[in-house]
Amino acid sequence: MKVGVVTFPGSLDDADAQRAVRLGGHEAVALWHGDHDLRGVDAVVLPGGFSYGDYLRCGAISRFAPVMTEVVEAASKGMPVLGICNGFQILCESHLLPGALIRNHHRRFACVDQRLRIENARTAWTGGFTEGQEVTIVLKNGEGGYVADEPTLDRLEGEGLVVARYLGEDPNGSLRAIAGITNERGNVVGLMPHPEHAVEDLTGPGTDGLAFFTGLAVAAFA
Amino acid sequence: MLDTVSVAAEDPRADQPWADLGLKSDEYARIREILGRRPTSSELAMYSVMWSEHCSYKSSKVHLKQFGEIPQETPAGAMLAGIGENAGVLDIGQGYAVTFKVESHNHPSYVEPYQGAATGVGGIVRDILAMGARPVAVMDPLRFGPLDADDTHRVLPGIVAGVGGYGNMLGLPNIGGEAVFDETYLGNPLVNALCVGVLRHEDLHLAKASGAGNRVVLYGARTGGDGIGGVSVLASETFDAAPDGTSGAGGPAKRPSVQVGDPFMEKLLIECTLELFAAGVVAGIQDLGGAGLSCATSELASAGDGGMHVELDRVPLRDSTLAPEEILMSESQERMMAVVEPGDVEAFLAVCEKWDVEAVVIGEVTDTGRLEIDWHGERVVDVPPRSVAHDGPTYRRPSTRPADQDALQADVAEKLTRPQTGDELRETLLRMVASPNLCDKSWITDQYDRYVRGNTVLAQPSDSGMVRVDESTNLGVAVSTDCNGRFARLDPYTGAQLALAESYRNVATGGARPLAVSDCLNFGSPEDPGVMWQLAEACRGLKDACLELGIPVTGGNVSLYNQTGETAILPTPVVAVLGVIDDVTRRTPSAWAGEGERIFLLGESREELSGSEWAHVVHDHLGGLPPEVDLAAERALAEVLVEGVGLLTSAHDVSDGGLAQTLVEAALRHDVGASVALPGDPFTDLFGESAARAVVTVAEGDADALVELAHRHGVPLTPLGRTGGSGLSVEDQLTVPLTELREAWSATLPAVLG
Repeated sequence: MKVGVVTFPGSLDDADAQRAVRLGGHEAVALWHGDHDLRGVDAVVLPGGFSYGDYLRCGAISRFAPVMTEVVEAASKGMPVLGICNGFQILCESHLLPGALIRNHHRRFACVDQRLRIENARTAWTGGFTEGQEVTIVLKNGEGGYVADEPTLDRLEGEGLVVARYLGEDPNGSLRAIAGITNERGNVVGLMPHPEHAVEDLTGPGTDGLAFFTGLAVAAFA
Repeated sequence: MLDTVSVAAEDPRADQPWADLGLKSDEYARIREILGRRPTSSELAMYSVMWSEHCSYKSSKVHLKQFGEIPQETPAGAMLAGIGENAGVLDIGQGYAVTFKVESHNHPSYVEPYQGAATGVGGIVRDILAMGARPVAVMDPLRFGPLDADDTHRVLPGIVAGVGGYGNMLGLPNIGGEAVFDETYLGNPLVNALCVGVLRHEDLHLAKASGAGNRVVLYGARTGGDGIGGVSVLASETFDAAPDGTSGAGGPAKRPSVQVGDPFMEKLLIECTLELFAAGVVAGIQDLGGAGLSCATSELASAGDGGMHVELDRVPLRDSTLAPEEILMSESQERMMAVVEPGDVEAFLAVCEKWDVEAVVIGEVTDTGRLEIDWHGERVVDVPPRSVAHDGPTYRRPSTRPADQDALQADVAEKLTRPQTGDELRETLLRMVASPNLCDKSWITDQYDRYVRGNTVLAQPSDSGMVRVDESTNLGVAVSTDCNGRFARLDPYTGAQLALAESYRNVATGGARPLAVSDCLNFGSPEDPGVMWQLAEACRGLKDACLELGIPVTGGNVSLYNQTGETAILPTPVVAVLGVIDDVTRRTPSAWAGEGERIFLLGESREELSGSEWAHVVHDHLGGLPPEVDLAAERALAEVLVEGVGLLTSAHDVSDGGLAQTLVEAALRHDVGASVALPGDPFTDLFGESAARAVVTVAEGDADALVELAHRHGVPLTPLGRTGGSGLSVEDQLTVPLTELREAWSATLPAVLG
């Protein structure tokens, strides 16, 4: 499959996401924030970083990037979209996912090897896992605390839309230890941890992140 | 009224504030002699910043010169660019080159810890970028006052957040560094920043403006009032009244103005600049750092073959009220200057526009041999560029071995009371691992992104940081920075060599072959003859050691006036060594991963306790002579470590805290314990800090091969025991569960810093 990786000004993990896409067995296609063009891709990754410096609210400017018009429209038709870290923040700002991400409760940037539990293995991006599987992938953020109002959180829980949850010590103050969520259709996934940094034993804390890319399913969500 | 060249010629006796700008009277006289008239205020601004200690190295140059005597060749071949460029460039094979450099940003980081540290990272990254290289990793050796001091609680969190905040936003992995605490750094923290960059040989770019008619383009952030005079004021004088009376003695205190960084702009600048290189539209390039436009214009012009004409009013400003002098001195961050052939200007500007980076043609290269700068059509600067950039004063300042050095060296730590029993050793071990310099540093390093770019093979707490350079061939480089300032205080010659030896060793433990050195020489006031002696001795020590190890100094930085009142910091010659490894998949990790492996000590242990962490922690003692340096032994040890790649399952250097600390760190990383037996006196074996040592492990069946390898290189080898279990046991002496060690080791920083 052709998987697009968007580069915004200030994107940092775009090259890493492209590598993960390739290691996952797909073709990586570079997408540019300023283009109204998805170049015929089958899925899109919004990578981590600090788009536009995140000097305003994380992701608040990127949601207005020309390419996001196309991403939002494609997502509404079922195209798989994975937002990682800053990408998750952009998805929330774009209202493709509910809630928001705020500063870590300890007020520091934190880069750690994080234990997670995969709670939903039925999304376009998590079919390579089994429900309840525990994995270790990299978590690194300054504003990774997931928040939403209580009814929204209850709905996410009730409808099984929580994709991954933090295990062990609370790394960033996320409500209900939420590390990632999906939309009702299951094609849009936002993750605060970085699976693209856990795709090679040589450079990451293992290869648990690879299944997000090898397990990418397109047809079922269109 | 605008002070133009013609005004200066007509009014030769006008009073000028040269003293307030940090110039001495003979320096001012020299400027008048060069120009044959008084300088304009703009020229005075340029000379004052460029002739400051920070830019001109006027006190250290006579000592740094000797690094030029070291052959400019690494064990992998000739240097592609050496000292004098923004950073040295070395060949690492397969058509790749790397460039690396370590610099200081000490004073600004005391004044405003976050921005001081942040812009320190930004500055070194632009240096590396200006060589044509993609920056691929950073490292930050840091020094703080005592952990329990109030001001450390102000300075440390800010500096760490600044290093992280800037480097993380650039997408550069932070792969190592140091965090050291000593009372002499209270009021004078050290923030040194290192960057490594990678380029193809053909992409090397040099800072020169050649070819009359070529355009001079300023691009990046707009110029504002930040950091005006920052270079001369912050780096050349203490914060108190100036000791030479130029502005002190009751005069107004100089108000340092620290620059504010915009890492997002720098990230754009990096990507934009790399795309400009790739498009082949850059004829020459220079970053703007200390001394801003004064430095960039004069250095580019003097390195070229002609002159330069600049229309200063074209510089995009953040503050429209800035005067030409201020524009020339401004240290606004995230700016670069390029020399571009006329036919390439359009393509150049198009790339900048793609990255939303403002770019303006502000002048052109000329054949006049002069640096000429106009302000709205009137000439405000007309100077020989070399006189600004390179002909600054040099001083051979008085240098005297301090009177108390003999007494200090006579007061040896070997006579201090030592633990006698196994129980006392156990107690000492737990106290040592929890001490600020030896404890777990993850409170600091977890604030840095070590994973971005996906090429980090080793990072803190490993001995060295290692990054993959080529994904298809697995070629990689490793870097370490080290310095024990206490050793340097006891004997600066030996101390500097020990810093180099440790860094060299740390690169080798990962399996990389050490190639080259960059150094950041942090010292007190050069006006103190005792400090000058320390600097001179450290430089001499480094040069001699580099000659013996066969590796060149490729560049670096000197930071002076690091003192609070009369108290100078420990002399701190931080040494960075870079090495190359052909296949990073074969690197040797620092910690134990498997049970039942054989543990060996490589190298010779002596009763060397003076300057040790033990003497510092337990007795608050500093005296005696530092451990002996044996560079032949270091070289032999490195050979074993490099040749042992694939055979060794782990290798960890023995340095601060001695063998005890090495064993604890190797065990705690993956919770693999060990049982060891010590060959000699248990206390000196555990806490002595003899150099040229490392602890290695091999699989049971590989022990003979290791013995053969060590013998072949003449490296003494002592079997210590085996890995395994959930504790660290020293035969007949002590046993400590790893959980207890971890608790002691990891609690220290969070308990104080939150």
